[in-house]
Amino acid sequence: MNQRFADQVYVLARRSVVRTARQPANVIFPLVFPLLLLAVNAGGLKAATQLPGFPTSSFVAFALAIPFIQGALFATMNAGTDLARDIQTGFLNRLSLTPMRGVALLAGQLGGIVTMGLIQALVYLSVGLAVGVRLASGFGGALVLLAFAVLISIGFGALGAFAALRTGSGEAVQSLFPAFFVFLFLSSMNLPRNLIEIDWFRTVATVNPVSYLIECIRSLIIVGWDGEALALGFGVALVITILSLALASISLRTRLARS
Amino acid sequence: MRATAVARGVAWRTLHNVFTNPSLLIPSLVFPLFFFVAFAGGLSQVKNVPGFDYPLGYTSFQFVFVLLQSAAFGGVFTGFGIARDFETGFARRLLLAAPNRTGIVLGYAAAALIRWLVTAVILTAVALAVGMHVGGNGVDLVGLYSLALLLNLAAVLWASGVAMRLRTMQAGPIMQMPVFLVLFFAPVYVPLSLLQGWIHALATVNPLTRVLEAGRGFLAGSPTDVSVAFAVAAALAAAFSLWALRGLRSAEAAG
Repeated sequence: MNQRFADQVYVLARRSVVRTARQPANVIFPLVFPLLLLAVNAGGLKAATQLPGFPTSSFVAFALAIPFIQGALFATMNAGTDLARDIQTGFLNRLSLTPMRGVALLAGQLGGIVTMGLIQALVYLSVGLAVGVRLASGFGGALVLLAFAVLISIGFGALGAFAALRTGSGEAVQSLFPAFFVFLFLSSMNLPRNLIEIDWFRTVATVNPVSYLIECIRSLIIVGWDGEALALGFGVALVITILSLALASISLRTRLARS
Repeated sequence: MRATAVARGVAWRTLHNVFTNPSLLIPSLVFPLFFFVAFAGGLSQVKNVPGFDYPLGYTSFQFVFVLLQSAAFGGVFTGFGIARDFETGFARRLLLAAPNRTGIVLGYAAAALIRWLVTAVILTAVALAVGMHVGGNGVDLVGLYSLALLLNLAAVLWASGVAMRLRTMQAGPIMQMPVFLVLFFAPVYVPLSLLQGWIHALATVNPLTRVLEAGRGFLAGSPTDVSVAFAVAAALAAAFSLWALRGLRSAEAAG
């Protein structure tokens, strides 16, 4: 039974990865766009490192955390859109006639997202190292960073799956993208929270969970082993993951019942 | 005369589609506001960087960039609509029906302009409401908005040329990405003098840098690089009008 379940997950995860790989725009854009934005911001905001209290002299190192979150968002949108397409084309209906377990569908879908997320994280990390960023937390920190990338891929991936299963519409999933972008931009992505001058913006950044995801990765890169940043980052990521998985599971059950 | 009639019809339809469809209207209104809030609010501390010398403060400094960005992306968003018209087959019927096809490009350009004007009014109102300072007089402000208008025209003509050549919504990133890069390789966050290394070299040769600096000069009431900025913006609009008209011929040839 467990072997059959594992086979189902493997086949669906493989399909998810192969389908993404066959759409170059879905591979290249999530890889290139965050790096372009990193280049633009790192170049344009280098002067910000001269602000008193800025935690590092390298804005690239400071900003390297952002592509990890952006990449996860892009991958999520693409994966959610693909799942929505499966619903729209009737693939999910046909799948529901097979002995496949619903949870295998979700796990397979997320397996594909995690694979893509891991590849992206490795690329971002390699680019960072290539342009001279050195992880203050060393090799161990790189491993923790990759584990964190996997966790947020699952969390955001489940959120994309939830949107797809709930609405059954690729357009609806895509429309989530601006909302995610709002969360990203209203966070501590460009300046540490203590250096944000406008009160309301600092408050929004403080209650914005994305700030803690960014600060977790950032701490591994520029601080070293910061227990508080790691605990907050992993805690937020875990809460997002558990909630998203629960919502996606409920929606999947409803969707399969409708089928 | 016939071109004007076609242009009026295309512009009216495009505007009707945009202003009656929230999913098309809201992003073009909300995104510039959002960028304005994120940049002017989140990065206001940047005004304390040694050497930052813009006299009106960071909100005004960022307003000019976001205004020009909204003009450029207003043009690109209209290009998405042209691509959608080709995908749905509407543009082919339009090509058959229009007695003067140049009017089609003119109509899309007029629609982009009106659409952006609405965005510009809202963006300006919000900026003033949150305390943006204006140092320039009426003539300076006409200069600022004229530059943005030329940029809007150049962007919609660029996007039209792409949409009419590729005739698919998948061309979206091709319309958007170069505009995004040219805009962000200008001195977005700090003045040109504070940029260092490769981004300084790139921003120095980026034609949009002159437009952005002239715009900031207009708002501050101390115009700089005015003739160069207008020459650049007008040259871009002229070059992309040829690009768009050749795209129209390409669409005609494709049938």
